[in-house]
Amino acid sequence: MDKNEYKKLVKKHTPKENKMKNALISFVSGGLLGIIGLGLCDLFKLFGFSNSHAIILMLFVLIFFSCLFTCLGFFDNWMSYCKCGLIVPITGFAHSVCSAILDYKKDGMITGIGSNTFKLAGSVILYGIISSFIFVLIRVIIYG
Amino acid sequence: MTYINAFIFVGIVCLIGQIILDNTNLTPGHITSLFVCLGALLSFCDIYEKLIAFAGAATSIPILSFGNLLFSSGWNGFHSDGILGIFSNLLSTTSAGICATVIFSFILSIFFKPQD
Repeated sequence: MDKNEYKKLVKKHTPKENKMKNALISFVSGGLLGIIGLGLCDLFKLFGFSNSHAIILMLFVLIFFSCLFTCLGFFDNWMSYCKCGLIVPITGFAHSVCSAILDYKKDGMITGIGSNTFKLAGSVILYGIISSFIFVLIRVIIYG
Repeated sequence: MTYINAFIFVGIVCLIGQIILDNTNLTPGHITSLFVCLGALLSFCDIYEKLIAFAGAATSIPILSFGNLLFSSGWNGFHSDGILGIFSNLLSTTSAGICATVIFSFILSIFFKPQD
């Protein structure tokens, strides 16, 4: 069997990812998460919290439940089904921190949890700080 | 009406991420970092305030809001304290999300064991 035949065989047997289906699932799951968040926010406003406090409490609820479901073990399955519908919202950030802590717990408090907690989420914080700092500096130069 | 807008906004942000993930070699880590920078850029161009008026509180759910909050708190810090104010205020509003994530996952990880 020569190389080209082999390549054809590999191509035939790799599972095809349905891009349309993935896109639709991530659109719907992300949108549903948005509706849940807005509903929670309105619920907290009914209890008399101000707008900014209601938003923070809503984020707390989303973060808490994504951490809890990660610990219980079935958030990974949801993640592999919904993909970006759960990665792009704040749940993906919480999942990356929580799963890193769980995975490296056996290596000890300092060398395990301490040094690996922000292994995945660190890039978000690092590039967020650097890019926003640069943008603030540009705006300071433009507007004084 | 805000609920439909929230569905459309968060859905479209996730859809863009999914399209990038499917058609390039980038990993989810690349996409979240990219979206944070994009959020800071949108906030820099004053587009993010219009999005907040469009979709309400749901704009704080995607990771885009991380960049927006970083930029706006840095800019407010510059107004109150000058250049040093940028350094002392840049993380002030995002602190809630980061602290909640670390604290909740640390406390929960004490009670649970990793599943395989």
